[in-house]
Amino acid sequence: MSEYGRLLRAEWTKFRTVRGWVLGTVAAVLVTVLLGLFVASNSHSSCMKGTVEVECPTPPVGPDGEPVRDKFYFVHQPLAGDGAITVRVTSMTGLITYPPPNHNEIVPGLVEWAKAGVIAKDGTAEGSRYVALMATAEHGVRMQHDFIHDTAGKPGAVSAGAPRWLRLTRVGDTLTGDESADGASWTRVGTATLAGTVEIGLFVTSPSDLTVDGRVGGGTVQARLAEATATFDNVGLTGTAPGADWLRDDVGVVPNPDGAPHHPGGVEEAGGVMTVSGNGDMAPLAGESGPGVQLVLIGLVIGLIVVIVVAARYVTTETRLGLIGVTLLASPRRGRVLAAKAVVLGAVTFVAGTTAAALVIPLGWGVLRDNGFRQPGLPLSTIARVAVETGLLVAGTALLALGLGALLRRGLAAVGIAVAVVVLPYLAVIIGGLPTAASEWLLRLTPAAAFAIQQVAPEYAHVLASYTPGSGYYPLPAWGGLAVMAGYVALALGLASARLRRSDV
Amino acid sequence: MSRVLHAEWTKLRTEPAAHWLLPCIVVVTVLVSLLVVAAASCTRGGCGFDPAALSLAGVQLGQALVVLLAVLAIGGEHGTGLLRTTFTAAPRRIVVLAAKAVLIGGLTLAAGTVAVLGCVAAGRAILPGNGIAAPSLADGPTLRAAVGSVLYLVLIGLLALGVAAAIRDSAVSAGAVFALLYAVPLVAAVINDPELQRTLRRLAPMPAGLAVQATTDLDNLPIGPWAGLAVLAAWSAAALLLGAVLLHHRDP
Repeated sequence: MSEYGRLLRAEWTKFRTVRGWVLGTVAAVLVTVLLGLFVASNSHSSCMKGTVEVECPTPPVGPDGEPVRDKFYFVHQPLAGDGAITVRVTSMTGLITYPPPNHNEIVPGLVEWAKAGVIAKDGTAEGSRYVALMATAEHGVRMQHDFIHDTAGKPGAVSAGAPRWLRLTRVGDTLTGDESADGASWTRVGTATLAGTVEIGLFVTSPSDLTVDGRVGGGTVQARLAEATATFDNVGLTGTAPGADWLRDDVGVVPNPDGAPHHPGGVEEAGGVMTVSGNGDMAPLAGESGPGVQLVLIGLVIGLIVVIVVAARYVTTETRLGLIGVTLLASPRRGRVLAAKAVVLGAVTFVAGTTAAALVIPLGWGVLRDNGFRQPGLPLSTIARVAVETGLLVAGTALLALGLGALLRRGLAAVGIAVAVVVLPYLAVIIGGLPTAASEWLLRLTPAAAFAIQQVAPEYAHVLASYTPGSGYYPLPAWGGLAVMAGYVALALGLASARLRRSDV
Repeated sequence: MSRVLHAEWTKLRTEPAAHWLLPCIVVVTVLVSLLVVAAASCTRGGCGFDPAALSLAGVQLGQALVVLLAVLAIGGEHGTGLLRTTFTAAPRRIVVLAAKAVLIGGLTLAAGTVAVLGCVAAGRAILPGNGIAAPSLADGPTLRAAVGSVLYLVLIGLLALGVAAAIRDSAVSAGAVFALLYAVPLVAAVINDPELQRTLRRLAPMPAGLAVQATTDLDNLPIGPWAGLAVLAAWSAAALLLGAVLLHHRDP
């Protein structure tokens, strides 16, 4: 066996024969799993229908498996083969109910992502595939398909003085979107595919008016109903049955207890001019699809404190007892001793972290579903990804504490600093009621950035939502957060190794 | 007692870590408060911030350093075996623990007072610029929040001292106090069972104790400001009692 192999084996023997360290590692796993399950089993979701408590509805799921909102007013005709729809949008207006500051009146106005335009959709079922070309209130012309895809056209709002021509053409399975200011010179916006018989026509919808409070934790998100109305003329349809009637559908409308539709949309037609009103959205349910991975992984925060204590004791026990002198005598290349300790501790804590996450995520998810939450199931690949990255987060934290312990030679100082830089920033984010900007800086600059591994839902530029750390959206991607953590670990281990080489023991 | 107190003072005075921990308590607490009040701004949705609690937010991190100081006062002696010498010189162990408690309480009171005054000054200087009212010590509830925060830090120090006397190992003691302080607020922040949430916040040392910082929306607090501080005091007393009993009956 090589010298380094012997060193690794010696370190592993030390670790596994000290009861406190092994028990501590097991305790970290148990704390993570049990706290996660406790939190999951004390979180309930219930929905009211009138005065009766009912099971919450399951949100529709888009073609890529993500939960979506699919609610709009739809005026359409079937299209079996090739064809096209052309319209001119001459106005977009809207109503916003009870907005700030006084929340006491209904005011005219459009929310920024209010949408009106032409669409081809695979039927009228919520969550079905579609390709749409639209004018928006503040984001210009957009071509969107299948909820998560968004392509920008030209900017600018619609008005009588600046109308927008929109054209959606299908050849084979390919749909092409073109826009024009005058109906004569056209600009390509984008293409997408949609096969089979589709419903083609006009649509209008408008997301709610959102207030995203600057705080997380105690902060609230308010959503107020907003409605959009658009006027279309010069409606041209080719490829559909000649002379067919327009069909009308209030897609996704929810009935009131008395059976009448709740906030219905509608259409009025007079002399070739169609005025369509609608509310809702065609978009992924960002930031509101129920509790995320960070809820069931919450015990990890306390588990990490246990891991930090184990790591600090693992390295400082030897220095305190003078045993390190014997260790270094047996293996005079001091940097290698530290490296061997790091490998053993890193491997043990990686396995512990991965195990804990792999247990608590699926178990906690099941408990949440039993408690009425209707968030979508997590794919096995996502669970595996988060579990492995949790292992990296735990191992990184342990190595940071190890480096601090070797550098400072005092378990208390190592524990204090490691907890202060890894655990406390994240705690401040979750419970501190910090302003969002402060939370995001903490999660960029401190080793707690590595908690970004918990984000499983992407942010969408075309959906306004509460993208805050408190609701599971982090300022850095998972690899970026782990890289920040790795930088601190490298710094601590580097300084520790420099001190170990230079100083007497 | 005064001899023991003097001996404890000499030990702590000559402990290098204590030299930087005490100023750190002040600097870290004020710095965190500064960052928090600087980042606070009112959105168009309105302002839900409590100016006093916001200005005193640094206490939530400063308490971690108070824990380290308290653990150091007893854990350090365990680690080096000095405690045996201490008990030989002063056989009444309870008196030794009491002397340590007086010392840690006094030091935390001093550092905490400076830190809290710094926090309030930070709030006064910065909050009005962000459209939030400045906290004023002439205002009854704000004064209560400030004085209560100092007492909060003292009680956290005594809690940590008791735990460290019971557990003995300083790294493990610090980890245990951190877990005790932070686990419950963490759980309470994420569960959505309001009843359980309130119960947890009434009983756990940190959320109950920090109720003393609230100056707005007092009717919705899970526990009254002084009652909350009393809950923390009960935790500290229990920890000291446990520490005293174990110290008395165990070989050092």
